[in-house]
Amino acid sequence: MSDVQIPLDQLQKTCLYEAHVALGAKMSPFAGFMMPIQYSSITQEHMAVRQKVGMFDVSHMGEIFVKGPEAEAFINHIFTNDIRGYEPGKVLYGMMCYPDGGTVDDLLVYREFLADHFLLVVNAANIDKDFAWIQEHAKGFDCKLDNASDRIGQIAVQGPEAEKVVMEVLGYKEAADLGFYTFCDVEYKGERLILSRTGYTGEDGFELYTTPENIVEIWDRLLKAGVEPCGLGCRDTLRFEAGLPLYGDELSPEISPVMAGLSMFCKFEKDFIGKESLLDQKAGNIARKLVGIEIEDKAIPRAGYPVETADEKEVGVVTTGYHSLSLDKSICFALVDKEYAALDTPLSIRIRKKVFPGKVIKKRFYQTNYKK
Amino acid sequence: MSKIMEGLKYSESHEWVKVEGDVALVGVSDFAQKEMGDITYVDMPEVDDEVTAGEEFGALESVKASSELIAPVSGTVVEVNADLEDTPEKVNEDAYGAWIIKVKMSDPSELDALMDAAAYKAAIGE
Repeated sequence: MSDVQIPLDQLQKTCLYEAHVALGAKMSPFAGFMMPIQYSSITQEHMAVRQKVGMFDVSHMGEIFVKGPEAEAFINHIFTNDIRGYEPGKVLYGMMCYPDGGTVDDLLVYREFLADHFLLVVNAANIDKDFAWIQEHAKGFDCKLDNASDRIGQIAVQGPEAEKVVMEVLGYKEAADLGFYTFCDVEYKGERLILSRTGYTGEDGFELYTTPENIVEIWDRLLKAGVEPCGLGCRDTLRFEAGLPLYGDELSPEISPVMAGLSMFCKFEKDFIGKESLLDQKAGNIARKLVGIEIEDKAIPRAGYPVETADEKEVGVVTTGYHSLSLDKSICFALVDKEYAALDTPLSIRIRKKVFPGKVIKKRFYQTNYKK
Repeated sequence: MSKIMEGLKYSESHEWVKVEGDVALVGVSDFAQKEMGDITYVDMPEVDDEVTAGEEFGALESVKASSELIAPVSGTVVEVNADLEDTPEKVNEDAYGAWIIKVKMSDPSELDALMDAAAYKAAIGE
């Protein structure tokens, strides 16, 4: 669990740790790694991504390769989305679930250009748990697993100028031809680099996977070219505005994809672990649903604050909340009893001693700008 | 290095106090505003509310975190800085100009428990 305290001397460092310290970043433990929270300010970094371009060290993320004649069948068995029919070069988002529908993790599945080769990209906090889960369920399938998380570094370049930067600074003309959620293989210093048009900000952008040594060099080149280094602080404000869930907050063993409003990533015409429970939830057998709530004040609804009806009955809890930097509104995700999940339902948030009235709104707070 | 203003009293929770007769102006130190980052909201009490030394009277919110404001002295709130409702960033820009509340002190001897500028400087390790 992400809230388990790990002693400071046991925290892992990414290949860019020294680069962050040299930049004077505010560092903090996250998912077992010592990570940069901010370099300049969350606001400045957030706006750089919305208006120009920023880069994130996401080397803490986990990469697991799956290959073999039955790799596709195996992944489809543990993955809520359906990878059948997806061509090489495509990326697909979905979850792995427990039999009761609770979420093991949310992840990306890359179908590689070599037949029967796949890459799974998972959350840093869940690498060990996921790999154990994957190993356990791969029994009986003809496929090989390789947890390459320690051998691969990752940078996310995000923002309206991301394509220009990847093409002009790094020289990858291929970037122009990539649509959102596709990738291609290129080289950096003779090593493979996966250039993926994906991200977690609601803006156009790329995620680059290659060796740690290459990542350090690429980071430095992008920095010299004026790309704003961005920490986990604005990564959270950006993904939140774009309506994207964070595992641990909006998805967890207790929060299923159906509760989180992510049924579109569950394909019920095929079999997968958790399908029966999720179908049951979808049919209405569910206690709470994730909603967006906007309040009429600048006070900030933060994780854990209670959600109440007008007569002060507690009907839910905030999972993530901010005073949105792009929209200048105080908004949050909250898990609420399903009777109160309809759009425009009046709900209040208790913030310290005061109660702030608001209402249920759509979860995608910010209009995303993805490459078509 | 953060700015520390001479002539003010400081609490361990980084509030400053400026004494004007029996009224105390209360704000947060430059060190505190730097630690918080961009302040986006100041949660303030109302005029005539009672505040008690050592207890919460409001909060500062930055993008990422909220931090309680602790009253350095006890008394009655006689004025709140309404400017901060629309321009909370003034706390970042001028921590010692941006007072948050004015308190009519009920027990001015509480001031003796607070630090002077030199002691506060030592307390924050600068």
